[in-house]
Amino acid sequence: MSETRNSPSAGNDAAIVVSNISKMFKLPHERVSSVKSILVNIARRRTYEKQQVLHNISFEIKKGEFFGIVGRNGSGKSTLLKLLSGIYTPSKGHIKVNGKLTPFIELGVGFNPELTGRENVFLNGALLGFTRKETLAMYDDIVEFAELERFMDQKLKNYSSGMQVRLAFSIAIQSKSDIYLFDEVLAVGDYAFQQKCYEHFKYLKSIKKTVVLVSHDASALQMFCTNGVLIENGEVQKVGTIQEVLKEYARQNVHREEEKQSKGRTAKKQVEGGEAVKLLGVHTELSGKKHKTFRPYEKITVVYEVEARQTVENPVVGLVIQDASGGQPIFATNTLDQNEKTGILRAGERKQIKFTIDNIFNDSTLYISGAVANQDRSQVYVRFFNAASFTTLGWDNTARGTVYLPHTIEIQ
Amino acid sequence: MLVKKILSKQNRALLHELVATDFKLRYQGSVIGYAWSLLRPLLLFLILYLVFVKFLRLGQDVPHFPIYLLLGIVLWNFFAEMTNQSLSSIVARGDLIRKVRIPRWIVVLSSSVSALINLALNLLVVAVFMIINGVDITFSAVWFPFILAQVYVFSLGVSLFLGAAFVKYRDISHIWEVALQALFYLTPILYPLTLVTNVTLQKLLLLNPMAQAIQDARNALVTPNTLTIAEVFHNSAARLLPLLLTVAMVIVGVLYFKKEAKYFAENI
Repeated sequence: MSETRNSPSAGNDAAIVVSNISKMFKLPHERVSSVKSILVNIARRRTYEKQQVLHNISFEIKKGEFFGIVGRNGSGKSTLLKLLSGIYTPSKGHIKVNGKLTPFIELGVGFNPELTGRENVFLNGALLGFTRKETLAMYDDIVEFAELERFMDQKLKNYSSGMQVRLAFSIAIQSKSDIYLFDEVLAVGDYAFQQKCYEHFKYLKSIKKTVVLVSHDASALQMFCTNGVLIENGEVQKVGTIQEVLKEYARQNVHREEEKQSKGRTAKKQVEGGEAVKLLGVHTELSGKKHKTFRPYEKITVVYEVEARQTVENPVVGLVIQDASGGQPIFATNTLDQNEKTGILRAGERKQIKFTIDNIFNDSTLYISGAVANQDRSQVYVRFFNAASFTTLGWDNTARGTVYLPHTIEIQ
Repeated sequence: MLVKKILSKQNRALLHELVATDFKLRYQGSVIGYAWSLLRPLLLFLILYLVFVKFLRLGQDVPHFPIYLLLGIVLWNFFAEMTNQSLSSIVARGDLIRKVRIPRWIVVLSSSVSALINLALNLLVVAVFMIINGVDITFSAVWFPFILAQVYVFSLGVSLFLGAAFVKYRDISHIWEVALQALFYLTPILYPLTLVTNVTLQKLLLLNPMAQAIQDARNALVTPNTLTIAEVFHNSAARLLPLLLTVAMVIVGVLYFKKEAKYFAENI
């Protein structure tokens, strides 16, 4: 377990080298925060639950690179950032840092409402590891960037929250360092201020500063980063160019969404009836194969498998497609209204009923409900809710609403 | 090399900001503000003077007993204030420890500097009373800075230990509160050591570095009549015992703090 900081021995073009780091937290089963419990527990050893948050993480960040660390909440990316920052100590492995590193886990750390804006700048600067002289040198730029010239001698408690955020972010952005670490701090301030921040990132990029951005939001990373790493369940899933990493991230998200539905939905899935006609299953197909995600204009085939317990004649089969809220149907159809004869279903016979729909549903996850009834619909044999789901993607928010209707726009 | 690293420009700037903030906030919203730093010890001294010198008539045989008393109180208050503040300092600054990479010991050091500033102000009050009381300053006064250094080093050792331990064991604050009270009466502060007639007990009491330092300080500044450890043991080398304890305390404090500091961020 060693950690080298500001070591000249690290590779010359590498800003940060992470080799094989693991982090384990010991969570005592019964938190011992009193002396009595130590005395009680002196005989029997305390039992810990070991929580392995990061496992054998290795990657390298080059000097002058914008590097993205992406992962869902709870993936371990924030722990990784704290390790890179030197706030946590790795349980195993080393981190080599080449140059002055300034972490921004949170903006405006140590801000005190009773101090003036000016005093807070110097306090914050010192906490970030700057000498008084260094803070003084960047003071004017900070104030100008935050647009708070007139307010610096007022107490922070008299600032609006927007002003506080601006001041904090300005310190972060104006501070002179070699390597910056930012944790989910891009989305602050109003639109105009955000534009200024983006401009500043571009500037940092042009002067070859190393910046590490941590986020679960792909768009900000896409905009600036060249390379990145995907962390999931405390492990590196992918290291490479940001495009590759984000592609893998998106793929995993879709996959997870599907799994969640197949697991989570079973609870809400409901089937009623089934004495005369039994529902064996509902699924969706693409080109004759089971499939759950559909791209624009692909043919979605919804398949019901039913088994007749009694012989029934011309049963009516209906389909309803709804979103997760279960409100107004997005689309509903049935064999009677469409004049489809279903024929005679003999006792013990199994049949498949297939509905094929062009996918014009906007990006979303949709649920299938339906029913099988007798020919004049006076008796319902089986009724089911949320029996299956499918996901549509690929419209990429080019339009809003539940469906994507082909349309043209003319200006005359 | 180590000292250079400890007192790097960045660390000095941070220490300065932390102490300055602490000082600015201490008298926030009070009418006379910083004047309290001087007024408080003055008033406290007035109470002690009335109670112990006028009503209880203690220390009749000690020359300049009021000053003798005041010096003891001032040194003890420094020890109590510094250890109390350091004890909770790491936990109280948890937000910083979890979010920025600052050397952890700077937090304890900043509490100690705040206490030192108060000590300096209190000593100023003592100096004024010494002049008013006509205390003769003798050559032995040159020892006083060394005695102060010893008190500071001992307090720092205790502070580092307590500050680190408090992160894990929150009972420490209550235990220390009681322990401080007990130690206060086990240290010859309010009473002259001559009141303790048992010589073995005198020897035991003086092994406490605070007791030894307070007696030595009184001996150096106020009156050579003060019973010091060297006299009780009839041996100047006896002074080495509490000094050794002081050094041991610092070593234990520093090592324990260093061991625990790595995990402050996750344990707070």
